[in-house]
Amino acid sequence: MAVFNLTINGKKHQLDVDPTTPILWVLRDHLNLVGTKYGCGMAMCGACTIHLDGVAMRSCSLPVAQIGNQKITTIEGLSENGDHPLQKAWLEHDVPQCGYCQTGQIMSAAALLKDNPKPSDEEIDAAMHGNICRCGTYIRIKAAIKTAARS
Amino acid sequence: MTKTKIASSRRSFLRNTLFAGGGMVIGFDWLAQQNLSVAKDILALPKEWFDFNAFLKIGDNGLVTIITPNPEFGQNVMTSMPMIVAEELDVDWKDVRVEMAIHDPAKFPNAAMGQFTGGSRGIPSKWDALRKAGATARQMLREAAAKAWQVPVAEISTSNSVLQHSSGKKATYGEMAAAAAQIPVPKEVKLKAVKDFKIIGTSHKNVEGPKIVTGKPLFGLDYKVEGMLIAMIVHPPAFGMKLKSFNDASVKGMPGIKDVFSFKTYNDGQEKAAFDTNAFPELVAIVGNSTWEVMNAKKAIKAEWEPFATYSETVTGFGGNKSQVKVPAGLENSADHLVKMKEFASKPGRVVRKDGDPEAAFKTAAKVLERSYSAPHLAHNCMEPMNFFADVKGDKVKVAGPLQAPGLIEPTLSARLGIPAENIEIEMTRMGGGFGRRAYSHYMVEAAIISQQVKAPVKLMYTREDDMTNGVYRPAYYATYRAALDKNNNLIAFHVKAGGIPESPLHANRFPAGAIDNYLAEDWSIESNITIGAFRAPRSNFIAAAEQSFLDELAEAMKKDPIEMRLELLRKAKANPVGKNNDYDADRYAGVLELVRDKSGWANKPKSKVHRGVAAYFCHASYAAHVLELTVEDGKPVVQKVTSAIDCGIVVNPDAAANMTEGAVIDGIGNALFGEMPFKNGVPEKTNFHNYRMIRMSEAPKVIDVHFVKNEISPTGMGEPPFPPIFGAVANALYKATGKRVYNQPFLGDKQELGM
Repeated sequence: MAVFNLTINGKKHQLDVDPTTPILWVLRDHLNLVGTKYGCGMAMCGACTIHLDGVAMRSCSLPVAQIGNQKITTIEGLSENGDHPLQKAWLEHDVPQCGYCQTGQIMSAAALLKDNPKPSDEEIDAAMHGNICRCGTYIRIKAAIKTAARS
Repeated sequence: MTKTKIASSRRSFLRNTLFAGGGMVIGFDWLAQQNLSVAKDILALPKEWFDFNAFLKIGDNGLVTIITPNPEFGQNVMTSMPMIVAEELDVDWKDVRVEMAIHDPAKFPNAAMGQFTGGSRGIPSKWDALRKAGATARQMLREAAAKAWQVPVAEISTSNSVLQHSSGKKATYGEMAAAAAQIPVPKEVKLKAVKDFKIIGTSHKNVEGPKIVTGKPLFGLDYKVEGMLIAMIVHPPAFGMKLKSFNDASVKGMPGIKDVFSFKTYNDGQEKAAFDTNAFPELVAIVGNSTWEVMNAKKAIKAEWEPFATYSETVTGFGGNKSQVKVPAGLENSADHLVKMKEFASKPGRVVRKDGDPEAAFKTAAKVLERSYSAPHLAHNCMEPMNFFADVKGDKVKVAGPLQAPGLIEPTLSARLGIPAENIEIEMTRMGGGFGRRAYSHYMVEAAIISQQVKAPVKLMYTREDDMTNGVYRPAYYATYRAALDKNNNLIAFHVKAGGIPESPLHANRFPAGAIDNYLAEDWSIESNITIGAFRAPRSNFIAAAEQSFLDELAEAMKKDPIEMRLELLRKAKANPVGKNNDYDADRYAGVLELVRDKSGWANKPKSKVHRGVAAYFCHASYAAHVLELTVEDGKPVVQKVTSAIDCGIVVNPDAAANMTEGAVIDGIGNALFGEMPFKNGVPEKTNFHNYRMIRMSEAPKVIDVHFVKNEISPTGMGEPPFPPIFGAVANALYKATGKRVYNQPFLGDKQELGM
């Protein structure tokens, strides 16, 4: 066990956990931030996507010891009132079916738009390639990203 | 119908209603997690609620809570079912709040399929009950108003949560709720005419959308109570194996680990019900404080496994009929499965339907077309792995988690724990996908056994690897089709023989049965110890692919347009049906083909380098047809557009139904091109998303254009019917693109490019 100081969604947290613990389980088990989802545990599905200093990362494969001073943003901290342009666009397009993968999709899309505010279809495909939606809402996800990009 | 008046303060409402999510919120700063609109709603809660029936209660301030009886796995019943109640209640949708029911067979009896999500039966099975629930409450409100105003009830109209008399007197539903709840429940109520629907048939957004996009705790895996432990299981690495021994010594000392033990998933001699599927009768449980600690112990534990001998078990089917089911010993291989299936396909099968004299017709044929099709096992791969919360305290059981069929598993849980069903409370969380997998909720029983053993609340979680390798798979299938043509290329006989491991996908009475004078349908099956179960449109999801590919090739042999050829057969089935048991409506079937033909611009030549395939199918009482257009870029098929036509009767929530259709199309393209779970020596060879290929955004169609047939038929299935025909549309378009027919799924597998 070791003590870690983490900044998550602008708040400081001190935790005593096994240094190999993926940040996903720190968020879900220790901090009750369950919007970040477990899907595969090997960075192959994107359900666990968070931002580390604004960059999209798969939290299931990121040990807490590697975080250092980098700031973590989760879906709970993406916007104060659930009104990030992507969250609004997701509702406008009524994207979710089961909804399980959608927070990870939104976090991947948010990192994309931060770097590339007007992505082409191919750029969206590339950025979202790591996020599986088993229900098959890809067309709506893409439409919502484009709507958010226009806003 | 109950009519109890429930007085409650805001505080008890919070406890009873909003916290119906139970323990899910303990340990969370719940209010802080809600977005502003919900916080505002809480302030607007009524002082008092009045129960009208199992489906709805009305508050003194006009807020209406509508309860969704069926579990939600993304088919959007939490929105569409309340819409049906709200329609007949004539309530303003903005006054409606929605709650998921707990499992409650007294309120939602099994007569109407109970609280079951599966078989595309949700809306069809609850259509009447939901409408009556709304209409009954509306009638009680009108009678209360008539009494209060001393006027005939017939003179009282309703609109948008307001009661009105021709004299100009008005009252809101909230104002009349207390009096209305005292009115005797009417025995008969008049339902609206379909043409008067205002809510049904108009798109309404998913009521859980705001919670989903902000990451609120909704799913079973998000469930948490104070003092809850995390549990995982270790199961045999191969089907056909059982636990021999395990060494818990090193694991028990690992950080955070509380207990390690083995347990039997069923009592010795326990009779199984139809959905009690579980390949592994003994498992090892590891219980600890946190997910990561338990995961580490799971990796470290040493267990030995051994092959089991053939055994049989008693299974009670839906009708109450008991049968002995043999579970054969052996470590099975997919390669052997294919060899065996071909062997069975070459022998006579069990005749399921015979019209005319097919043998004679084949003998006189000028030309016989014969083709065989195969598909492998598939894993469901729901994004949320199997999991369940359980808290067994003495003879009281609380379980919560994702499941499609609480009524099917409750007797099993009761029998295994020796606790009466009335002491079991099942809370149904939002499911992160289902696709049939969660109709087999053995993982809920496992969670309860573990909780009983460790005497603590427990959340059992499958890792992705557990989820994929302890599956209830879509069976492997094989079908052979033959068609006889006379010298003028007229279809004179048709023969289908289909089987699988361990069940046949045959639907002998579906199209083209009924359209052909000489028709023969046979089936066969091969025993297996690999657990199988329902997978979105069971059996149809394969047989449609085979049949619709064959009809395309047959149309070509007959030198006919593939849509026109099907329409000709359907005209014949309508005018002169062969046989009596044809289970489809030829007009509705033709209707989706005509609609997809017109909407896709089928009459026009496809654009340069665009290749089209068409397919249609009937299942779950609905009709679906697709035209798929693809190009080949760098050797890869790229689906440019899919045009879909669906006849599922009245469409309750059109945009949500379009979303379901889009999902079915993408799911089907993914499974047609990539889906497979191969077995080697009983071991599922794919274990996670690094080697189980799933369709991704860039592989989805660029456009899906969904059209619904407009009619006033009561709703029929929606979640499944669009799925089966897309496989055939893919196969038929691939043929146009490459000049080569594809017969064996998956069409691409792990390959990136088409072999041309």
